[in-house]
Amino acid sequence: MFSRAYRTIVTVPPLMWVAVFLLVPYALMFCYSFWSVSAAQAIVHSWNLSNYQELLEKPVYWQTLLRSMWIAARVMLFSLLLGYPLAYFLSFYAGKRKDLLYQMVIIPLWVSYLVRAYAWKTILGSDGVLNTLLQYVHLTSRPLNFLLYSPFAVVLTLTHIYTPFTILPIYASLEHIPRNLVEASHDLGASPAQTFWKVIFPLSIPGVVAGATFAFVLSLGDFLAPLLLGGPSGIMISNIVVSLFGAAYNWPLGAAISLGMLIIVISLLFISERLERKWSYS
Amino acid sequence: MNHLHKIERNNFMSSLNTLPKVVIPDAPTAVKNLLSIRKVAKTFGTNVVLRDISLEIAQGEFLTILGESGSGKTTLLRIIAGFETAASGELWMSGERLDQQPPYRRKVNTVFQSYALFPHLTVEENVAYGLRVSKRPDAEVKQRVADALDKVKMSAHAKKKPSKISGGQQQRVALARALVNRPQLLLLDEPLSALDANLRRQMQVELKSLQREVGIAFVFVTHDQEEAMVMSDRIALLRSGDLEQIASPRDIYNRPATAYVAQFIGHTNLLKGEVRQGVAHCGPLSWKTNLADGPTLFSLRPEHLHSSTGTPGAVRVRSKVLTQAFHGATDLIRVECADGLVLTLRAASGGIKEENLELEFLPADAIPVRESPERS
Repeated sequence: MFSRAYRTIVTVPPLMWVAVFLLVPYALMFCYSFWSVSAAQAIVHSWNLSNYQELLEKPVYWQTLLRSMWIAARVMLFSLLLGYPLAYFLSFYAGKRKDLLYQMVIIPLWVSYLVRAYAWKTILGSDGVLNTLLQYVHLTSRPLNFLLYSPFAVVLTLTHIYTPFTILPIYASLEHIPRNLVEASHDLGASPAQTFWKVIFPLSIPGVVAGATFAFVLSLGDFLAPLLLGGPSGIMISNIVVSLFGAAYNWPLGAAISLGMLIIVISLLFISERLERKWSYS
Repeated sequence: MNHLHKIERNNFMSSLNTLPKVVIPDAPTAVKNLLSIRKVAKTFGTNVVLRDISLEIAQGEFLTILGESGSGKTTLLRIIAGFETAASGELWMSGERLDQQPPYRRKVNTVFQSYALFPHLTVEENVAYGLRVSKRPDAEVKQRVADALDKVKMSAHAKKKPSKISGGQQQRVALARALVNRPQLLLLDEPLSALDANLRRQMQVELKSLQREVGIAFVFVTHDQEEAMVMSDRIALLRSGDLEQIASPRDIYNRPATAYVAQFIGHTNLLKGEVRQGVAHCGPLSWKTNLADGPTLFSLRPEHLHSSTGTPGAVRVRSKVLTQAFHGATDLIRVECADGLVLTLRAASGGIKEENLELEFLPADAIPVRESPERS
């Protein structure tokens, strides 16, 4: 259908992009993860499993990983709890305001991540908006200092940032539900609540799974929110990777952690893909 | 039944004259009213969809709402089901006000045009849906679902998902899903329109006999006048939101109330005439009548025009054959009379060889009809 030259021109750039920016870095990381660092801070190209051994033996790594997963799980839960009702309202009840409201979900994504994270710093800090307000209305007598520099702050910020990513796939899956199915359910005597649980929710599961995956995977790999708002108790696994590649100058160990995370993420994507397929009917 | 059905489909218009009593039953007499539609009106924005529709639906009746697209027929059905609210008017069912109840409280079930089967549930679960949401005991649900699937011959496919069965099978499941709830009234929104012609004719017969068997009133929406004629006890013909006529298929065919009805149901010759002192005049034609003086429209069916056999009292006119069109058992022949009056007549297939014909018809077959006002 298309000429050979045309197909080459169209396919080569994306393939090059993937190769240069994805495959090569991952291949390098893979190699690094089996190397080690000498006492003189030089990379030793001797193949061994010592980095992986260290990961399993030192509790700080897998504890941080577990904490990161726990933070990501909470972000996922809260994004779904916030995002689903909003997507549902948007799809079923927004009527003429649908497009406007949809844009309002999208617009925050244009604001820099950094700005939004800093905004929470301003709100949650001990001289921040929230503490000032609480003291002003005499709910507290001195600033609450668990607000900022805590896992709470990280979960809150990540939920704020990643909720649009859960709304969009849920909204898309709700939009795909033929409205006559809802009518058929009412027609057969099902109340609006029964209709929601027996028809609408089951048919929106692919969107829920996609949204949950976004929120979890993106949060799991996040390092800016814990860096800015997490404090010592809110450190996540990516912060460790960053420091290993930076100040600690232990690229091999950093690469090993990264590959471990990559395996976790790929497994999650695989499971989510399977779940989505199981629950889709179109 | 099958044999009769074949006759109907090849040429159901002429079969109306030869086999009317067997093919199309008249509306049942002395039955109780089930649903009362009183002055129901509906507008979408400035667009008037229904204008003060009033009609009664009897228990066990097969009523067809017939009309072109945009006639408001589906809207009327959706108002009965509760998916749309009427701008004004009332619905009463078995002595209760229906239009103020939400759809899930109405004892009415619908078969949707595209079936609207739940894709995530099996055939069996789809049929059980209504009984499950009304919390019927498990044993009863199983029994009734099995019976319903058996009735529509879908028991073998009970465990399949809707996407794994054919359109005709989905149609049966949709029917079973509605009937299993034993509604007093079943609404069907062009349920056969997605089927191919053969299956469609087969389903028309099956649906009609199923309706007789279960004794539930059916309100059937279609744009297909032949389908309406074959299946209905009564036909309500809608046009741009107005109820043009409601009558049995035979009455609506033989006694059309308006020019629109006469033209929509079968072929007809519309004669613009004038009555003066007990005589109707229309171009070269004139006959005695007891209608009041004034301009009058007449509908004359093509099968009531014959080549002259000297029937006493018949109106006769000379004509020239223009075209002949083969329609299976009959031909439709266009002829031109004096003053440029063009008529269509129906004759046995290949029956007319002459170029010039003397035609006749009985004055009683020229039915006076009201002019249908033009509406956008």
